Amino acid sequence: MEFIQPLNLAEALEAKDAHPEAVPIRGGTDVMVGLNFARSRPAAVLDLSRVEELEEWGLEDGLLRVGAGVSYTRIIEEIGGRLPGLARASRTVGSPQIRNRGTVGGNLGTASPAGDGLPPLYASDAEVEVVSTRGSRRIPVADFISGPKRNALAPQELISAFYVAEAGGPQQYSKIGTRNAMVIAVCAFALALHPESGRVGTCVGSAGPTPLRAEEAERFMRGVLEEGGLWESRGAIPEAALRRFGELVAGAARPIDDVRGTAEYRRHSVGVLARRALGWAWDEYRGVRGAA
Amino acid sequence: MTSGVPIGVPAGAMPPAPTRERPRSPVQRPGRVGEESARIDGVPKVRGEFEYSSDLWMDGMLHGATLRSPHPHANIRRMDTSEAEEMAGVHAVLTHEDVPGRKVYGMEIPDQPVLAWERVRYQGEPVAVVAADHPETARRALEKIRVEYEVLDPVTSAEEAMREDAPKLHLSGNVLRRVKVLHGQPAGATAEVVVAGEYEVGMQDQAFLGPESGLAVPDGRGGVDLHISTQWLHIDRDQVAESLGLAPDEVRLTLSGVGGAFGGREDLSMQIHSCMLALETGRPVRMVYNREESFYGHVHRHPCKMRFEHGATRDGKLVYVRAGLVFDGGAYASSSNAVCLNAATFACGPYDVPHAQIESHMLYTNNPPCGAMRGFGAVQACFAHESQMDRLAGALGMDPIDLRLKNAIEPGMRFPFGQEVPHPAPVREILKKVKDVPMPEEQELAGRDPRELPGGVSNVTRGEGVKRGVGYAVGFKNIGFSAGFDDYSTARVTLAVEGGEPLVRVHTAAAEVGQGLVTLQAQIARTELGVERVAVEPADTRVGSAGSTSASRQSYVTGAAVEGACAAIREHLFERVREELGGNGDLSLDGDEVLSEGRVIVSLVDLLGDEEIEETLEYHHKETHPLDENGQGDAHLQFAFAAHRAVVEVDTELGLVRVVEIATAQDVGKIMNPQALEGQIEGGIAQGLGLALMEEIQVKSGKVQNASFTDYLLPTILDMPSVRMEILELADPEAPYGLKGVGEPPTISSTPAIVAALRDATGQPLTRIPVRPEQMVGISSKPPEEPPHPGSAGYAEIGRLDERPEH
Ligand SMILES: Cc1cc2nc3c(=O)[nH]c(=O)nc-3n(C[C@H](O)[C@H](O)[C@H](O)COP(=O)(O)OP(=O)(O)OC[C@H]3O[C@@H](n4cnc5c(N)ncnc54)[C@H](O)[C@@H]3O)c2cc1C
Repeated sequence: MEFIQPLNLAEALEAKDAHPEAVPIRGGTDVMVGLNFARSRPAAVLDLSRVEELEEWGLEDGLLRVGAGVSYTRIIEEIGGRLPGLARASRTVGSPQIRNRGTVGGNLGTASPAGDGLPPLYASDAEVEVVSTRGSRRIPVADFISGPKRNALAPQELISAFYVAEAGGPQQYSKIGTRNAMVIAVCAFALALHPESGRVGTCVGSAGPTPLRAEEAERFMRGVLEEGGLWESRGAIPEAALRRFGELVAGAARPIDDVRGTAEYRRHSVGVLARRALGWAWDEYRGVRGAA
Repeated sequence: MTSGVPIGVPAGAMPPAPTRERPRSPVQRPGRVGEESARIDGVPKVRGEFEYSSDLWMDGMLHGATLRSPHPHANIRRMDTSEAEEMAGVHAVLTHEDVPGRKVYGMEIPDQPVLAWERVRYQGEPVAVVAADHPETARRALEKIRVEYEVLDPVTSAEEAMREDAPKLHLSGNVLRRVKVLHGQPAGATAEVVVAGEYEVGMQDQAFLGPESGLAVPDGRGGVDLHISTQWLHIDRDQVAESLGLAPDEVRLTLSGVGGAFGGREDLSMQIHSCMLALETGRPVRMVYNREESFYGHVHRHPCKMRFEHGATRDGKLVYVRAGLVFDGGAYASSSNAVCLNAATFACGPYDVPHAQIESHMLYTNNPPCGAMRGFGAVQACFAHESQMDRLAGALGMDPIDLRLKNAIEPGMRFPFGQEVPHPAPVREILKKVKDVPMPEEQELAGRDPRELPGGVSNVTRGEGVKRGVGYAVGFKNIGFSAGFDDYSTARVTLAVEGGEPLVRVHTAAAEVGQGLVTLQAQIARTELGVERVAVEPADTRVGSAGSTSASRQSYVTGAAVEGACAAIREHLFERVREELGGNGDLSLDGDEVLSEGRVIVSLVDLLGDEEIEETLEYHHKETHPLDENGQGDAHLQFAFAAHRAVVEVDTELGLVRVVEIATAQDVGKIMNPQALEGQIEGGIAQGLGLALMEEIQVKSGKVQNASFTDYLLPTILDMPSVRMEILELADPEAPYGLKGVGEPPTISSTPAIVAALRDATGQPLTRIPVRPEQMVGISSKPPEEPPHPGSAGYAEIGRLDERPEH
């Protein structure tokens, strides 16, 4: 196995161009599991952990640009205030050791429907930036993730960053697991309120072949908030509307039965999470004490 | 004895075979029995410096790997190893044809092939082994071995195995053991109040963190030294020698660092394989299973289906118990016989039951072989009898504790299997104690740290749907080997002056598997001989058998052997003192000195000079007897009792749980080492909690669906609550220091206590463990239909054995 260790992005892209079959590795928390269990035996590994450009984050044209190599721990500590939904999701990832090594870039690379970093990106319409020696392109995250464990990356390309707006309103992330830490999602739900545009962003995780936006639920709640003038009045969302929202989110899930849970339970619980998450987020928006 | 002396050096042999240093035996300065005494291996383990068997290393060693059957049931038509043998770096490829001695092994019934021939009976059964100069080369060589299978329909449940038309998996048929216990006149018994229930226990795994591993070193004279993590060196030695066709003294075993056992290391895994490869190649061979392989490499806790009927008077006195227990033993016998017997004898619980009819069945199937695991048959039975007691209390409108108190068994009564209940048997006392532990205060839900809510950091509730529940259970278990087994241990103790100070060396073959026996042995020597310094020698087969580190027996049996050997040395010393110094009266040993009537008369240094005193003692515990055809007999040595109270909070809408607190009362006879005791109790409860809430090997069509720690979930520190302990020290007059085995009781009744609390919170019947969130919210949790979908299996899917390239 060849081990390639570029020291900057340009070198990395050249290496990827020369060895399109090389498997990128950043935190290694997915790649090493595959190697250790001989599930994958790549001819070459491209180590991105020295590429400083991937570690950067900052504001660019009003959007946050977060390098693919920023660890979950850093997201929580450095960007948590600006991206509370992603920070909440990051807190549910693995253990402290995994959060120190693992990255959202790696989560995008793996493109698992259970990836906890993905639903918050969907709920906030993030875009993934991919680069090659030929240049870069930006792909909406829902297009980037093209199927279960599949993404839109071309062989010569690397993920360089994702772009997302700083939170304009409350955000939530909740995840079901059969133990209280260090667990893969049985299902999950991400929510982002966008008061500036009157929209409600959602995404169901781990209950379908890819993360799924609950578009009907989004439209429904947008209508409820608009009709009731609730954005302006900051009045409570009627209980029945919260319930309906939960049902619509449950309806958007496309779960299956597997070792982690039944399809029926996934559908049920993602609906419960959606109802609760919207309740908490709306309380926070309204300024209810202790809601954040 | 001292470090640095190589072992296995052939006298005058040319060229010398490679050798390995004996593990060190560091000097301890232990406390006395009953005192806090830090583990000698504690700091090295925490610092990552402790040598586990998977860390074993020798220059020039080869790496072994095992080819396993992807099918749960198949005929082997043909096997071709030639391509693998031709690979560069491959030194040996061995099949059943290369087994020099007995081709099968097994502790109770030798029915398990060392390497399969003609037929494979479970997924993961070893078919061939390879030694190569690199682990990866060995793995790749496995892929070059061509095995032609004729796939057969697997027998996938005990019920199926019982059917007349089921394929016979062994010549003896599919029924591996049947135990009947008849007590009183159960046939005609009737009662005013009757409750019946069906219960099911899933397949739990020992899930020790140190995978099966060892290093076999040929001695150049046809024999072999095996460094290994195991629970019983001598039974391994005997089985290995038998299959290698060697005399027992040509196979020498040394215990290597054991990373947990819990019953899963009683059976052989890679012992014979590594020795075969070492003898074939003349090189040291190391074998280390990886995490996935480990799930195929050892037996599991038996899944079990149970049907119970309890009859009682209207005021809550038990009249009868009828029970049928059906265990899935999997493909091979392992220790299933004894598990079947244990379950039958413990099925009624620690209660006074006038009439009982118990039938316990053990079946062969094509599921993974099951065998010993902490609690050994008592776990399954306890889940059923305690669930039944709660159900009965419900039917009677009685408090569950009162019902248990009313029926608690007492010394002098007879267990349903006929044995008299010995003193002490404090069932009432522990129930009262656990009830009297103050309840944890109910905290406000709002504003809590998420880690103190169901779901923990996953942020699923801020109190919505959360209900509290409380549940109780009591259980018991036999300590030591039962039913007529000659159960003994051997200790060799020496006392000499080393480095100007007296030093006691304790040498036994007893396996330290994490429970703290190395410390305990030193404490006993310190107590009996009054010396400051003790070294516990590495366990190996150069000394007589210590029996198994299982059945919570080592403190008792090996403890008694060490105590006895020390006592013999002490007598020897006192005789010398009387002869040489004429001292008489009350002699004692303390602070490295001999005292008479409390006054120092001579130091051990002066008394011993350069003499070394050595005593070896074999301790056999009291005789036990097999059960007769009605399941009657004095089958067990000692009984240990524990009770648990669980307080839980359940998010009743999501079925997620936070165990708030476990309170326990346990009679231990004597607290030998407070910290070690707490460790056993907390660890045992964690394992009981795992069985209640999450730990299950899911098997479908004979295939394991979750052979990884990604999907076989163990409780984390955030799942495990704080434990309140009430320890009773009611001495057993027959046991050393009055002690009772403590390792298993914490696991047994903690599970039903938690489930009872979940029922209290949710109102759901919860008759199957582990309880899944589905059951708690009332969604039927049918067994998984499909293996993990490539999509939802998640990011780290490691695949399964049956998906491997097959040749
Ligand atoms: C014990 C454990 C627990 C875990 N728990 C969770 C959990 O709770 N939730 C969760 O979502 N995940 C979990 N994971 C999975 C893993 O930690 C995450 O998927 C993580 O985001 C991967 O990031 P990484 O940097 O380690 O990726 P790596 O393993 O380095 O790479 C992952 C994939 O992305 C590709 N890749 C990485 N960087 C780039 C790049 N810049 N350009 C192109 N491709 C790239 C790699 O080639 C590979 O295919 C867990 C893993 C372990 C081992």
